[in-house]
Amino acid sequence: MKPPVFDYHDPATVEEALDLLAVHGDDGKVLAGGQSLVPLLNFRLAHPEHLIDVNNIGELSGIKRDGGRLRIGALTRQSMLERSALVADNWPLLTEALSFVAHAQIRNRGTVGGSVAHADPAAELPVAFLASDADFIVKSKRGERRISAVDFFVTHLTTTMEPDELMVAIDVPAPPEGAGYAFTEFARRHGDFALGGAAVLLAAEGRTCTSAAVGLLAAAPTPLRAAGAEEALVGSELSQDGAEAAAKRAVEQIDPTGDIHGSSEYRKGLIEVMVRRAIEKAAGRLDGDGLGFSRNGGGGR
Amino acid sequence: MSERRRVEIDINGETYGAEVEPRLLLSDFIRHEAGLTGTHVGCEHGVCGACTVQVDGDPVRSCLMFAVQAQGREVRTVEGMTDGLSEGELHPLQQAFHEKHGLQCGFCTPGFLMSLEPLMLDERDLTDQEIREALAGNLCRCTGYQNIVESVKLARERLRSGAESPAERE
Repeated sequence: MKPPVFDYHDPATVEEALDLLAVHGDDGKVLAGGQSLVPLLNFRLAHPEHLIDVNNIGELSGIKRDGGRLRIGALTRQSMLERSALVADNWPLLTEALSFVAHAQIRNRGTVGGSVAHADPAAELPVAFLASDADFIVKSKRGERRISAVDFFVTHLTTTMEPDELMVAIDVPAPPEGAGYAFTEFARRHGDFALGGAAVLLAAEGRTCTSAAVGLLAAAPTPLRAAGAEEALVGSELSQDGAEAAAKRAVEQIDPTGDIHGSSEYRKGLIEVMVRRAIEKAAGRLDGDGLGFSRNGGGGR
Repeated sequence: MSERRRVEIDINGETYGAEVEPRLLLSDFIRHEAGLTGTHVGCEHGVCGACTVQVDGDPVRSCLMFAVQAQGREVRTVEGMTDGLSEGELHPLQQAFHEKHGLQCGFCTPGFLMSLEPLMLDERDLTDQEIREALAGNLCRCTGYQNIVESVKLARERLRSGAESPAERE
């Protein structure tokens, strides 16, 4: 229960960190908030030779609006994002997702970029960014890359980042005008890993859905976009039946891994309910909701 | 091999220096180097909350930080809660835990106190639900949490009404 021996580096700038990663990337790990990495070290499930601690790199932290987009420094603490009025007013899906992330003590230390780079399919922020069509900005000595969330996640704890690359920022486009949003999740206890969940962004003209993003939590080895559900929603009238049909489509292709906390079948059913509730809740939050969704509280069934 | 580093860590306003391996957890530095054994170590992977301390004012898990990362930060542990109080006097939150039976075996208590102390400064009215969410990151196997919630409410009531300190009451 004590971490293995490693060489410790604490660069003060991104440049220094990239120099270190160029040399040690293959047998090293970046240490950001450490809320996932340090448990792995303590359990000896990970034993990197080098730890490159980026906590002293001030330029990696911060939240700002850039044009119509949100730019979040990778080292920004989750609690800072959670408390940001700018984010709550304009990117409320992220704020709602954060309310499900672990506990306050973890969010005080855990970073936004760290959660994304760790790529746990049951983690909230990766799914919220995926549903938001976010891009991840990564850097190495070889240059800077912008990777869209859709192309980022490969499988459980694995991304398309190269060993010498450092995540520097997350870039999130503005949601569609007047969009409705919802993040739903079920866990055994608040703060536990999710057994299933969904992140939904909807836009509509009148009753007709004009755009839909449906992200699934803990449904696959990566966070997942439910293309079938999105297809079912766009162009159709938003209704209870529509939400139900879309939720069915969302789980058609998935085969979540079962374990002691829930069988695959159970999780599939759970995710379907989470998607339906998220669609209903998001529809109820559309500007000028005349659909009656908000009146019945987004469906408690 | 990993080189030892000299660290000087500010804990409760005092500086503790030592040569440490980078892999030394902050929790172990606090207990074994600084000798402050009020901080308890439970699961060592961030789940139980027993080792919670405050770093620059924010509650964090000291088992998920390395001592070298606390260099230049202000660490506060349960021992710091009675700084400036007279001998035997408790912090209002500790006093409330005492009166409301917010602890039984006491192993988890330092972590709860460190996690919940910031609520004492929160001027909003808090619902029971909000208090429960604030303590959700700490495990207690004895109390069933009800008396911890009561303790928080009592301490907040006293602090917010500017009530006399516990010592004066007796």
